[in-house]
Amino acid sequence: MADSRRPRTSWAPFALPGVGWLVAFFVLSVYAVVAVALGSTDPLLRTARPAWNPADWDTTALTKVISRVVGGDLGHVVTRTFGFVALALVGCVLIGYPVAYYAARGAHRGRKILLIALVLPFWISYLMRMMAWTNLLQPDGYVNKVLEVLHLQSEPRNWLDGDWYTVVIGLVYGYVPFFILPLYSVLERLDGRLLEAGRDLGATARQTFWHVTVPLSRPGLMAASVITILPMFGDYYTNTYLTSGSPRTEMIGNQIEFYLRGSSQPQTGASLVLVLMVMLFALMAYYLVTTAREQRMAR
Amino acid sequence: MTRRRFPALAAVSWLYVLWSLLPILVAVRISFNSGKSRSSFQSPSLRWYTSDPTASVLHDESLHTALSNTLVLALCTMLIATPIGVALAIGLHRWKGRTSQAANGLVLVPIVTPEIVFGVALFLVFSQLYTGIPQGLSRQVLGHVTFTLSFVVIIIRGRLAAVGTEYEEAARDLGATRLQAVRLVLLPLLAPAIFASLMVVFATSVDDFVISSFLSTGAGTETVPIRIYSGAKAGSTPALNALAVVMLVITLSAAGLAALVMRTMRSRTGMGAALTDAGGLAGLGG
Repeated sequence: MADSRRPRTSWAPFALPGVGWLVAFFVLSVYAVVAVALGSTDPLLRTARPAWNPADWDTTALTKVISRVVGGDLGHVVTRTFGFVALALVGCVLIGYPVAYYAARGAHRGRKILLIALVLPFWISYLMRMMAWTNLLQPDGYVNKVLEVLHLQSEPRNWLDGDWYTVVIGLVYGYVPFFILPLYSVLERLDGRLLEAGRDLGATARQTFWHVTVPLSRPGLMAASVITILPMFGDYYTNTYLTSGSPRTEMIGNQIEFYLRGSSQPQTGASLVLVLMVMLFALMAYYLVTTAREQRMAR
Repeated sequence: MTRRRFPALAAVSWLYVLWSLLPILVAVRISFNSGKSRSSFQSPSLRWYTSDPTASVLHDESLHTALSNTLVLALCTMLIATPIGVALAIGLHRWKGRTSQAANGLVLVPIVTPEIVFGVALFLVFSQLYTGIPQGLSRQVLGHVTFTLSFVVIIIRGRLAAVGTEYEEAARDLGATRLQAVRLVLLPLLAPAIFASLMVVFATSVDDFVISSFLSTGAGTETVPIRIYSGAKAGSTPALNALAVVMLVITLSAAGLAALVMRTMRSRTGMGAALTDAGGLAGLGG
């Protein structure tokens, strides 16, 4: 055993460049958000004056942003973001679960092709997929043509006019591949004997599904939801792209982008990012705690 | 276990596949449109690829600049992130102790960090702290390396666990130094995973919009996704579709190449599965 003769720490130098890189460009970057949010703004130049030293932190700007989020003018944007993400998540479950289930446990012939088709969107640029939808949803686009042929609508409709459902459909379309794959990998490893036991003990197919399959797929559903929710909360391009930047579909991400790039108010933008981070951190913590508890119970 | 037939599920699944891929096929078809419309197809032509004297991908400077920016950015990211990530994975896999646990946690955090947080954080650190680093491409490369590094580590660690330490220990017992064992035994065993990492980093970088956009300084540093995004406003032509199709062909060739190499490697060494990891990971960044 060559390794046991040497101290295990001798492998540390291999990790050094990578760890250094992450500290310099990830940890310090996130700290820069904190420093800018809790710093001050130059009164003349309107540029950020970050407070790198925690002793200099000033929470005035942050408190102001929080009060704007809780019941203030940013409240509706935050509520809308939650609404969009929740609806899109429901869409992902409704579409993603049957597809992942079929790919993992049902598909027989054509399974390979199905799997390739499920992975394919990962290799197609997200914005190209959105662009494809804007092509289809134009007033003279194919969606309207199909709906007219089917007599589902008589007048061409402008889908890209700033309607919430266009954004929700776009979000589902964009993120459902990320939902299906982690769910698929859990469903695939699901112990088929447990399902058979359910049937042998007299449960109907439906009962087995609700009382055995669904509880067993919970970890997959949770992981898939977290993987899709996190980026969706920070999304600002899907809604902007699909509704030509209509203010009626603005999400938190749009406000963040506006404060940092549109108008130079980096401190407000950074504070808003901090608020978003805390919300997502709470979400992650909930996920980690429940999965840890479930693993303990399974043992 | 025996596979049951689920006709309704089969229908839903194939309908989903149709829904997910048909729009792309329509967008590809529109790129060959002879007219200016991006929504209805007139007749096939290569106008928006080569023949239009001002607006085609070949002749519109903003379009081919975006294309070359994207490729240069992705190649630089690939060549920096992969070696650092491989070393990091080996180091973290072997090095035990409290500091190592902290480092392990640190590697996982970027994966669950939403891109907008990543983008803003990098934007602020470059504008407030690393002001000496030139704007544009250099900053974009540093940003992309930071957010793809963890993907490399995860792919490589998956392989490291599968490979085990026996071969390396055999080499050590036969007199190889540790570095020799890594170079001559471990790295060749990791080759399929390293290759998968290269492809995943490439695909992730090429696909990225948020970070590139936050670190972009205008037309000269636009990438293909940024160009597609800004083209949403009126006045864009099927040339944008053509640009997206060129990019699509490049990434799909990379994916196909990866699949091919993995298959050859698998049949020779009995190792594989990294590609499915790879496919899943490519999307994690959004």
